[in-house]
Order: sequence, then structure tokens, then C-alpha cells
Amino acid sequence: MILGNLVAALRARLEALGGTVTSAVWRLGFAARFLAYLVMHSGTAFRRFRLTTAEIYFAGVLSLIIILVSGLFVGMVLALQGYTTLQRYGAAESLGVLVALSLVRELGPVVAGLLFASRAGSAITAEIGLMKTTEQLSAMEMMAVDPIARVVAPRFWGGVISMPLLAALFSAMGVFGGYLIGVQLIGVDAGAFWSQMQAAVDLREDILNGVIKSVVFGIAVTWISVFEGYDAPPTAEGVSRATTRTVVTSSLAILALDFILTALMFTGGNGK
Amino acid sequence: MNRSTIDLWVGVFVAAGLAALLFLALKVGNLASFSTSQAYQVYAKFANIGGLKVRAPIKSAGVVVGRVADIRFDNESYEAIVAMNLDAAYQFPRDTTAKILTSGLLGEQYVGLEAGGDGVMLKSGDRLRLTQSAVVLENLISQFLFSKAAEGKDAPKDAAK
Repeated sequence: MILGNLVAALRARLEALGGTVTSAVWRLGFAARFLAYLVMHSGTAFRRFRLTTAEIYFAGVLSLIIILVSGLFVGMVLALQGYTTLQRYGAAESLGVLVALSLVRELGPVVAGLLFASRAGSAITAEIGLMKTTEQLSAMEMMAVDPIARVVAPRFWGGVISMPLLAALFSAMGVFGGYLIGVQLIGVDAGAFWSQMQAAVDLREDILNGVIKSVVFGIAVTWISVFEGYDAPPTAEGVSRATTRTVVTSSLAILALDFILTALMFTGGNGK
Repeated sequence: MNRSTIDLWVGVFVAAGLAALLFLALKVGNLASFSTSQAYQVYAKFANIGGLKVRAPIKSAGVVVGRVADIRFDNESYEAIVAMNLDAAYQFPRDTTAKILTSGLLGEQYVGLEAGGDGVMLKSGDRLRLTQSAVVLENLISQFLFSKAAEGKDAPKDAAK
């Protein structure tokens, strides 16, 4: 009798575990099919490019302020922190290298991606989720307009185009902030600051890899955002949950992808 | 917000983003500083390259005249072959000496060139015959210790005499 109860309880636990895994895999597959369908039906987003332009405005231009200000301050803090450590070893001239490499390789794409996920990604999810809740998407289908091609694809491409530009602006602004603090305020030699930076930062190895990272993060964040919005339960609670999930999942995805990309890009080959 | 305003702002945004990329490539990166198109490549064999890396600078009289292009191991002579891209604006005699030096106490390693007196100039594909390897700190210390030990052995003999 007791053994029977135990077996039943164990069975219930295992079923719950299996159910969680199955639904997670199913959801991942659904998201992948959603992305494939989205990319294949992107014709409208490019033929009527004005739809995408409006989304670039929404995701990119309106994120400019937060990206530029954060970039400036991250660069300034890097310069302050880096200087106190570097001058202990008499290497204060390497401040430019420290600021530029950490921004271009890591902080630019990652912090811009995190800001983009919370500023633009959450808004995309809420917008699409609310359109679904108020049955605008169903109404479009009734009028034989594919909501994925008309609503989702322009938002996706708008985000994917905006993200690398925002990351580049973030890095450039950060380097400028580092210059302001390092050269103008602390008084590191301007020539050494720029020339050491130029000697250490490689176009392909550092800058191109940073751009590749920002493109990958852009795709990941926007994909998660549009999918969560499209998949949200059509209730007020469902949309709010989906918005939260977008920010959490995007942030985790950015950090996980960043680790994988860094491992592939900067430690590959013979350990150089 | 009307259409043309949105278009204007998107244009400004995209232009600013591309300008930021250009800034990173030109001002932060080294796109403009040294072009390999007008360069010639020479080789040198070293018994030990220490911590020399690909893309390390090649300096003559302290001026950067090129970069290390490639480092390989020679299976026949058991030496390192260093390929160097030198800027075509700088010509060196054929008997130029290549040394692996360190900038400062803890700095990066670079290749130093010292011009010789030959009338014939180096051309692409030539090999520098005269080289001096990197200084390995452990070897230096052990040499120093051995010479100290040898001195200590000699000293009592001298006193007895």
C-alpha cells in the first residue's frame, strides 16, 4: 500500500518533469518555426520599406538617448577605474587600450544589448501582445493580411538593423568618455592615449568581432521579443508576463551567447 | 509625427551609427596606420623568439618600420622562422641584423633591425642572416649563478697562493 503510494508519487513527479521538458522543447521548436516563417515572409518588410523605417525609428532613434548617455558614463567610469589600477604599475598611458578594448570587445555589444532588450524589446513584446489581445491580428487575418508579414517582420528587421548601430554608437561614445576623463581631466598624454590604442586594437580581430557580436545579440533579442509578443496569452496578465519574460530571457541569452562567442573568437586557434 | 520627420530621424540615426563604426575603424583601430599593400616580406631565423607575437612591431632606431607577419617552426634546423612585413618606404642593406628586444622591463617584445654596410638592399623573400635571439631570463640567471659559483671557487685558491 505504502509502496503503491510511493510509486504513484514518483510517477507524478516524473510526469511533471517530462511535461516541462517536452513543452520547453516544443516551445523552442515553435519559436524556430516562427523565425523561419518570419524570415520567409519578410518580402513586405523590404518592399514597403517605410514599415521597417518606422520601426527603426521606434527601436533605434528613440533608444539613442539612453544608449549615448550610458556609453558616455561607462567610458568615463572605465577611465577612472582603469587609471587608478594602471598608474600603480606605471602604465597609465595604456588607459586608451584598456578603455577601447573593453568597450569594443565586450561592453559595447553586451551593455547596448541589455539596454536595447529592456528599452525596445519589452516595448515590441507589449505592442504585439496587446495587438493580439485586442484581436487586431485576427482582424488582419480576416482581411487576408498576414499579420506576421505586416506587423511582426518590420519590427524584427527594424530591431536587427538598429542593434549593431546602437552598439557602435555606444562604443564610440564610451571611447569619447574615456578620452574626456583620461586626457582632459586626469592628464594622460593625448598622443600616447590614441597611439597605444591604435597599436593594440585590431580592425578584424577586435572591431569586426564586436560588430558580429552586436548583430547576433540584435537577432536574438528581437527574435525573443516578437516571439514572446506573438505567443503571449491574450489577457492583460499574459501580456505583462510575456513582457517580463522578454527582458529576462533576452538578458540571459545575451550573456550566454556572449560567453560562447568570446570563447570562439578570442581564445580560438593556438591560444593567442 | 509625420512621415518625413521619421525618415529624417532614421537617416540621422543610421548616418550616426555608420559614423561611429568609421570612428572605431579609423581612430580606435589601426586601419589607416599601416597598410600592408606597399610592403615587402623578409625572413629571419631565430634560435629562440621568447614571447614574440604575430603583429608585433618591427623597429629600427625606435621607429616602427613594419610588423611581424607570421611565425613558424622550422623542422630541419629546429629554429623559429619569423616572416616580417616591412614598409616599402624603408629600405635596408642585405647584411642588416635582426634582434628580438623588449620594450621596457615588462613591455612587449619586438624585432629591432640594425642596418649593416652592404651596398645591396634587401628585397622581398630575402632572409636576414644575422640574428640575435630573445633573452630568456632563466638562462641569464643561471649563467649569472654559474659565474658567481666559479668566482667563489677561484677566490680561496688565489688567497692560498
